[in-house]
Parts: sequence; structure tokens; C-alpha cells
Amino acid sequence: MYSFEIERPATVEEAVKALRIEEAMPLAGGQTLIPTLKQRLAMPSVLVSLSGISAIRGICTDDAGRLCIGAGTTHAEIRDGASGFAGLSEMAANVGDPAVRNRGTIGGSLANNDPSACYPAAVLGSGATVMTDRREIAADDFFQGMFDTALEENEIITEVRFPVPSKSGYSKFEQPASRFALVGAFVAKFTDGVRVAITGASESGVFRWREAEEALAANFDAASIKNLSVPAEGMIGDLHGTPEYRAHLVAVMTRRAVRDAK
Amino acid sequence: MPKDSPSDHGGIGASPKRREDVRFLSGSGNYTDDINLRGQAYVHFLRSDMAHGRINGLDLSEAEEMPGVLRIFTGEDFKTAGSIPCGWQVTDRFGQPMQEPRHPILAETHVRHVGDPIAAIVAETLNQARDAAEAIIPDIEELPAVVDMQAALEDGAPKVHEDLTSNLCFDWGFVEDNKQAVDDAIRNATHVTTVNLINNRLVPNAMEPRVAIGDYNRGTGDYTLYTTSQNPHVIRLLMGAFVLNIPEHKLRVVAPDVGGGFGSKIYHYAEEAFCTFAAKALNRPVKWTCTRSEAFLSDAQGRDHVTKIELALDKDNNFTAVRTSTLANMGAYLSTFAPSIPTWLHGTLMAGNYKTPLVYVNVRAVFTNTIPVDAYRGAGRPEATYQLERVIDQAARELGVDPIALRRQNFVTEFPYQTPVAVEYDSGDFNRLIDKLEAQADLDGFDARRKKSESNGKLRGLGINCFIEACGIAPSNLVGQLGARAGLYESATVRVNATGGITVMTGSHSHGQGHETAFPQVVADMIGIDANMIEIVHGDTANTPMGMGTYGSRSIAVGGSAMVRATEKIIAKAKKIAGHMMEASDEDIELKDGKFTVAGTDKSLAWGDVTLAAYVPHNYPLDEVEPGLEETAFYDPNNFTYPAGAYACEVEVDPETGKVTIEKFTTADDFGNVVNPMIVDGQVHGGVAQGIGQAMLENCIYDADGQLLSASYMDYCMPRADDLPFIVVDHTNGTPCTHNPLGVKGCGEAGAIGSPPTVVNAVIDALQSGGHKVEHIDMPVTPVRVWAAMQDA
Amino acid sequence: MSEVSMTVNGRPARGRIEGRTLLVQFLRETLGLTGTHVGCDTSQCGACVVHVNGLAIKSCTMFAAEAEGATVDTIEGQAAPDGTLNIIQQAFQDYHGLQCGFCTPGMVMSTAALLKENPKPTEQEIRSYLKGNICRCTGYHNIVKAILAASGQDVTGIPGGIAAE
Repeated sequence: MYSFEIERPATVEEAVKALRIEEAMPLAGGQTLIPTLKQRLAMPSVLVSLSGISAIRGICTDDAGRLCIGAGTTHAEIRDGASGFAGLSEMAANVGDPAVRNRGTIGGSLANNDPSACYPAAVLGSGATVMTDRREIAADDFFQGMFDTALEENEIITEVRFPVPSKSGYSKFEQPASRFALVGAFVAKFTDGVRVAITGASESGVFRWREAEEALAANFDAASIKNLSVPAEGMIGDLHGTPEYRAHLVAVMTRRAVRDAK
Repeated sequence: MPKDSPSDHGGIGASPKRREDVRFLSGSGNYTDDINLRGQAYVHFLRSDMAHGRINGLDLSEAEEMPGVLRIFTGEDFKTAGSIPCGWQVTDRFGQPMQEPRHPILAETHVRHVGDPIAAIVAETLNQARDAAEAIIPDIEELPAVVDMQAALEDGAPKVHEDLTSNLCFDWGFVEDNKQAVDDAIRNATHVTTVNLINNRLVPNAMEPRVAIGDYNRGTGDYTLYTTSQNPHVIRLLMGAFVLNIPEHKLRVVAPDVGGGFGSKIYHYAEEAFCTFAAKALNRPVKWTCTRSEAFLSDAQGRDHVTKIELALDKDNNFTAVRTSTLANMGAYLSTFAPSIPTWLHGTLMAGNYKTPLVYVNVRAVFTNTIPVDAYRGAGRPEATYQLERVIDQAARELGVDPIALRRQNFVTEFPYQTPVAVEYDSGDFNRLIDKLEAQADLDGFDARRKKSESNGKLRGLGINCFIEACGIAPSNLVGQLGARAGLYESATVRVNATGGITVMTGSHSHGQGHETAFPQVVADMIGIDANMIEIVHGDTANTPMGMGTYGSRSIAVGGSAMVRATEKIIAKAKKIAGHMMEASDEDIELKDGKFTVAGTDKSLAWGDVTLAAYVPHNYPLDEVEPGLEETAFYDPNNFTYPAGAYACEVEVDPETGKVTIEKFTTADDFGNVVNPMIVDGQVHGGVAQGIGQAMLENCIYDADGQLLSASYMDYCMPRADDLPFIVVDHTNGTPCTHNPLGVKGCGEAGAIGSPPTVVNAVIDALQSGGHKVEHIDMPVTPVRVWAAMQDA
Repeated sequence: MSEVSMTVNGRPARGRIEGRTLLVQFLRETLGLTGTHVGCDTSQCGACVVHVNGLAIKSCTMFAAEAEGATVDTIEGQAAPDGTLNIIQQAFQDYHGLQCGFCTPGMVMSTAALLKENPKPTEQEIRSYLKGNICRCTGYHNIVKAILAASGQDVTGIPGGIAAE
């Protein structure tokens, strides 16, 4: 790692201020950032650790019935605290491994927007709202391609507000080495419709599978999408899967997510 | 000596708790990286990021001025040092020696693989060394790289070494005199089955990355190297005599607790020589700790064969001939034992468990712009077993016969058995192994299990594999004829202390195998004292006799035998002393349960009485024997040992995703006699896991430019707990080795040799059962490969 | 450089660190607690697992500065003061759940966290929990068995794998 200082602000305001220092970077759980720093692929002057900001940690329900999860909440805490939202809780329970789940946070995962991460599927798949230190961003506007989001420089995610679906499920086919999603499908059934979000598959990052959403809105049953597929074009091809295979898995994992939705 | 039930002394056949465990479980192990010497400096190696290039120059000026930098070394500094040596010279089909390129400590004129070290920066701290490395401005002209072996052999292919005539290291034929007869037999066969396959390249990945610390004492001129090695004496010899010109009496090599090896820590690596050299140059200890990312670019890798195998059968399904043609990847340089792996450790096993009368093996070893390849657990024998057992399985399918029956029909049943590929099997009983396997794996119940899987929408397959390996390497005179530049004996010094406790100094090295527990069991049994009275010392050239170290499943067979021989000398001398003390002829002295008695009398002496007399020689036959009780033996085996096994694997394939899960894995092994069954079980578990890893998960992949794509655990798939089932093991049907004193054969590699074809055979069986006419899928049988194969068939 | 202080294995510990100092470096290099190992640099192998405020974390993927004021437990603190192994350590020895020993500290610390969360885990729950701990020697067979035994479950029906006498 290159040399840098660590700041540990106690409030969001202090954090935003600290991030104004040139080449400052926010540090959430660090489960992706620290390995990146070890490879000397980033050269911050200051890391602004968000782990000491208690205001952005924890889970509650707002007046609209939305599940509000602080950005600094860990995957393990979400697994335990989001039990009313089966798909989200299950997804969080299978991110990384237990030690990673005790450090990694929802905010860190979303800000990084790894194309194979699980959280983007849950957030996009449930139409959640990403709250930052300065505004709110709808999930549909937040994800802008691989490792790219609507966040401005030094903008900090503070909270994510999830509408709670009546039924939801997440089905992940793991990349065997990294255990990230080779393909992950998140489905959520609301009174006014169904959302389906796919992670791991596309070169453009997480995306909604609208065709499946429409078919499932008519009948929330795996059988109703059994003839649907996505084109291989634009899917990721790498050591672990061809574009054709990923396209195939999109359909399989979506059916399984629907089948197992709770 | 071996017997049916464990002794009361914690001797042979017992499974005492491992002694090494307490320190490992409580965080008080002493691994090389745990060692820090006063005043040590740190080295960081600047490594090539291109697979092939010509070094025009390195601008060090800025880097040398960076804070904390002590000195930056380049290839220029090692012009007078020797080449990193290769310990085995293969002679080709035409009687010519292999092509052997120079392997410098730091690149001189060219870089030849990604990770090839260009410069070494020694600084006060590791971060300072890394900072300075970034300030070096290398002027390296990129040259075209060769990665694919076939392409590397084509006319006009870029040469990995411009001073060699081509990228062909050697073209080896075995047994060359049989070539015509094998060709004829295949031409005249009733049936010939052919399989083309790839034995995938693997990264050994011992969990402890390599570490080296060089130290030099200017006052005495003594060097010490602390290193993560499976064989400190071998490193001392190779590095001292061939690279740095340091006589062995001025060089001590210490390999303390070592966190796994699997072959990758046999070899002498450039980093060891560098740290030793730099310690003197800087008059300070110099430490290098490899990161995992660096290990992917600098540890020797394993396997990487491309093979065509043909099996000829007569009208009665008897095997009449085997012919193989293999390209074996050497990487960019010849690692210590690299040439021996695809040749003598591979070709000699191509008869397998079968009485095939004619075998011809052709191996062309090829230089490519990739990381060097050398032995990895099994080393040559997994490659032999895989192709042979895949082609037999395919032959059974083509002929419509039961794969077990076809194997049984062709088994070698008479021992000793002289194979057509040089080696002579001394003992074995392959039918008994497969009998045991059939019972233990409940093969009769397979059809019912398959139906149950099918009712859950899964395809179930059964794979069988039989194998034999040549272990316990080896007779020195034989391997000398085959090109080894070393002897392959092992040594032990047994030092009996005055009060009867025993210290055994062994040339074997333990890095997970539990020698500190198992070796005392042998000595305890011979003398009849408690195993806790015996302590094992290993891993330090300063206090152990010259030994060749641990690899090739050789420790108990060769190192254990040396210990037996030394203990026999101890007992003979102790009997002389006891005879004198009891006024009897030493021929009449018996030693049992730690007690000396005179036959036919009630006279007796305790073990401790005699050992004390040896060191307090008051009443002592000083005119006949010297005081003291310490003996050394060197044991050189007169044959390899031949462990064998029969394995069964049941898999389920998810036809929707192609994902394979191992539902059941059963082994029946012949290790001869077994000293510590608990440790042997553990060796099989670990070997099978590595074999399943090769078959299903692990793959070392380069792109066409020679960039390593599977360069971390994010892409190189290590087996995890949830990839594996419990493994059913059995080694109760051993046929003792006939030529070593313990009757042992060795167990370290069996699992890794026996399991890959078992898994692949099972996957093919599963797919066939689902109506997919898939005949072969190359390892690893990943979900995408299985799915794609199902789409095509 | 700044100062950090924490409680390690029940004792106060402090030292000078840089921003980039990892918790594992502080433990190994500053405190000399070399039982915690480093086996990779991508946060996957788990040889470095320790507990911070009672939770298993990878000490190679946390900065020492972030452990200011924390309670840290490492492998060195697992046995009793007289050296008697705890129930998990003892089960690993009894069932031969280690070979080279390099991954072992992380395995023991992960197991301690698992059994705190789930005192009677099934085989599948154990295998799943160990996703972040890589062992190259044992094939996990005897590790899983040792964990079942440490949690007080009967392991006599598990195939193979002789226990120490």
C-alpha cells in the first residue's frame, strides 16, 4: 500500500468535510478497497473511515413501511435485521463469507457497484431509494454500469430505503473461485407489480429484466417465464462463463428465485 | 516388525495425538515468516509484467535515491554466479542430452515469463523497497511470446531462449526399442480406443507463501538461510555448490515449521540465492516474504500435459498395447526436477495395474513463456493414471462391457511383475482392492441412488479408477542412470541419551505429514519403550545428517528405513554392553519391552541401565566398544515402492446449470504396512481433495500474450469445505513392500493421483445416463464446460 | 504515525502505527503475536481470522487504526493460562483436524465464532461457514469432524478418519 492517513469522523458532516481533502477516499468496510490498496491500484492521501459514524448504522422501519438500512450496516446485521424482507435477508446471509459479512457494508458494496456483487440486484430489484449526504437517488437512476454509479465525488451514501415486497427471493449461481455472483437474480413481488434484477451477467452491470417482470406480474410463477430468455450479446465472457452460459443462467436463476420466493 | 494390532508403546499401528498440534493450535508455531533477525532489511523483487522481452536497460538513478534504499541489484550483479541448476538431465530418443538454458537469479538480457525477476530492491522497510521499485524505469522491448505448446514447436515460432536451437527441450521415447512393436500391435488390434485430453496446469498453493531470510556473519564467514523448504540439505547443496560457490560447511539452511509444500517447496528458487548473497553484500540479514499474488507468478506450477493416448485390445478385450504422445510444458526455465516429471515419473507408470505387454510413450517437452513447471503432488503419476484410466473407461463404453470387469480382466495378478516400462512391481493385490471398494462404496446400491437422483431432476454418475504409483524414490544407482544428478537415499542419526531418551535426527522434512509423531512410533516399537521417550529433529542442516528431504511419498519408506537401520545398530551395540554387564554373550541378549534379558536365565537390565552405562562406562567393555550410544545410517532403497488403489466417485449433475456435486467418494488403498492410521487417513483426505480440485475447480490459465489470468484466489478456484463431501477411506488391504524393513509404501500422493479420473469418469457416466453422447470433457469439469458439452450432445 | 490502543487477549496493548498498518501487521510485528497468519492478499484464505469485539473478521482486511479501543482475541488467547487447549483446539487435535498448521489459527477462530452463533451446526452449516477459510492439507474432512465433535455431536457415524488415541 502507498502511505496515507486514516481519519475516523464521528458524523456524516465531519466525513464530508474530511473528504474535501485532495485525494481523500471514503473507507466503508474495506473488504474490496483494502485488497485494492494492497495491489497499489489506488493512491489516496487520506482514507475517511465511515465505520465510526453511528448515525449511518442500523435498521429501522419508516412511516411508509419502508425498511431503512444505514449505509454502514454490515451484511451480517442485515441478515439478522431484515427478517421481514426474505429476499434481502437471504441475500445478505450469502455475501462473501462470515468474516467478510462482519465488516463489509451495504453502503460500501453499492458505492463500489461491482458487476458481480449481490446488493445491486437487491436494491434495483426492490426499487429502493439510495439516500446520500445531499439527496435521494432512485435505484433505477443509481446504477450506471460496471463500477459506476450516480454518486458525485465525495458523496456519501447514508441510508438505503427498501419498500418491502409481499414476496421476494434471490438466487445466486456462484463463481466458484471468488464466490461472487456468476449470475444472481433478485425478484420482488409488490401489489403494483414485479421487479426482476440481474447481477453478475451483463457487461453493463446490474439490469432489470423487464420481459420477465411483465410475465411475472401477470402470474408470479416460475412457469410463466419458462420460455423467456435474454440474448447472449452484452453478457460477460470470462474464465468462468461464456456470454451464452450467463444468458442461460439468467433464466435459470430467475426461475429459481421465483420458485423459492418467500 | 509390523503387526496386526497397535503396540502398548504407542508404536506401529497406533494413532497417538500429534505432538506438533499443540504448538500449531496455540499460535506458537515457528514458521519462517515468524523469524525476524536483528537489523534485517527487506527485499522486494521487481518482476516482469510482460511474458517476453529484451532488456535494453534499467534506469535505477531515481530509485536509488529513494528513502531507505540500501541497494538495488540487477542481473549484472550475478554475472559470476551460477545458473539456478536443474537436477535431472533427460536424454532424448536419439541419445542427445536435453536443451538446458541458463536460469539467472535476476534476469540478464531477457525476461521470459510474467513474474521473471528483473531487479531486487533492498531497503530498510518493505514499503520503501516497493516505493523504490516503482521508481525504476525499465527499458524493455516486448517480444512475441509463445504460450501454446504446439505453436511453440512450429517452424519460425518465437524462441523462449534465443541461444537454443528451438523451443523443444527434448523428444523422449520410452521404451524406444518397443516403438515398432507397439505400432504393429495397434495396427493389428481388434479394437483401438483413442482419447485426446489435457492435464490442466495447476498452482500448488501451499497455504504458507514462501519466505527466505539470508544471514551472514562477517566474523566467521558463515551463511545461514532460513527458508520454506521441503529439503534443506538439497537447497544447501544446489545453492552452495552450483549457484553461490559457498562450501557446505560454511552454509547452514534451516527450514523450520513449513506450512505445506506439495512439491512447490522442493526446488531451489532464485529468491533463496538472492537473500543469501545480499546478506553478505550488505552485511545485514535480508528477508523476503512472498505475497500470494507474487506466489502465483513465482512458485513452480504443476501438470500441463496435452496427450493423445491409444489403447489396443484383442477380440477377447485383452489390452495388447498402449501408445501415447504427450506435449509437456516446461515453462520458461527448467525448474529443479522438471525434466524428470513427464518422463521417468510418468512413462514408467503407463502400464498401470494391467498386464499390457507393449507400451510406448513419447513425450516432447516444450519451453514456453510461462512460469516454470515442476512436480506437484503426484508429479507425472497423476498424468499417467488420468490418461490410462480415461481411455479404459472409454474403451469399456465403446465395447459395451462393464468398466470394472474390463479392468479386472486385465489386472496384473502375479508378483513380482516386470512391466514393459522398466519398473518391477514387488507386491500388490488389485482384485482385493476392488473387492473392498465394491463393498465399501455399496456399488450394488448405485442404481437405486441413481433413480433417486433422477427423481430430483439430477443426473447421477459412477466413476471407477484403479491406479498404481512408483513412490519412495529411489535407488540412487538407478536414478543416476536415468539422469538424476543426485542420490536419493535418506539418513537418520539415532542419539540415545544417558537416561534413555532418544533424539532422532532425520534428513526427512515434515511440513504437515506428522513425522514428529509417526517416526517415534517406529523406534518405540523396535526397542519397546514409550514413544514419548523419542523426539524427532528435522529441518536444519546444522543438526541433521545429509538427507534428500520429503517428496514423492518417500519419508516413511526411505527416511523411516534409514531410522530403522540406525536403530538396529543402536540395538546391536546396546546388546554388547548389556552382555558385558550381565556377563553373557551378546548373542544371548534379548531386547523386549525395553528390557534386556539373557536367554534361559532370569537376569535382566532395564533400557536405562544400559544407556547410562554407555555414557558412564565404569563397568563397560571399553576394549570392544566405544562409549556413547549414537548411530547414523544412510538407506538407499533397491526399488521404488508401489502403492496402489481403487477409487469410486458418485456425482450428481444439475442438468440446468451443469454444476457437478460430489455425492460420495470412496477409496481403497494399498500402502503396505501402515505406521499411523490416523495420519494416513488424513493424507488420503488431503490428496483426494487436491485431486477433486484438479478435476473440478482448479485451472491455471494464461492468455495468448502470456498474461496469467488465474492469478489470485478470485479466479484460481481452491477447493473449499463446501465443495467436498466426507471421504470414505480404507487401507486395511495392504500388501507389504517386500524390499524395505517396514514393509511400507508411502501414502502422500495416492489421493491426488487416484481421484481426477475417478471424478471425470463419473461425470461422463452421469451425462451418458441422461442421453448426452459426451465422451470426454477436459478438466476442470466446471459448470460452464459441462453445460456446453450437454448443449453439443 | 499515530498511537493505537486496544485490548488483546484480555491485556492492554498499544503501539505506533501508520494509516496503512493492517491489524494483522500490528498483531504480528508490533505485538509479536505471530500465531495469526497471512496466506493471501485478496481476503479469501482466512488464515488471519481473529475476533474484534466478539466478531470474526479478517485481520488482513482491517486497519489497525480501526481497532482503536476494540477488544481483540487471537489464537494465542484461546488456551487456558496453563496451556490447556480449549474444547475446539482439543477437538482439532483429537480428530486430526490439522496437518501443516498454517490455516489452523484461522480455522479455530472461525470455529469459535460459528459455535457462538450456532452451538450445534450441521455438517452443511459447518461447510458453508468455512467458505472463507482455505485449507490445502486436510480436505476439510477432519476439520468438519472436529467441529462436530467440539459442538458435542456424535461423530462415530462419519466415515473414515481415525481419531487419536
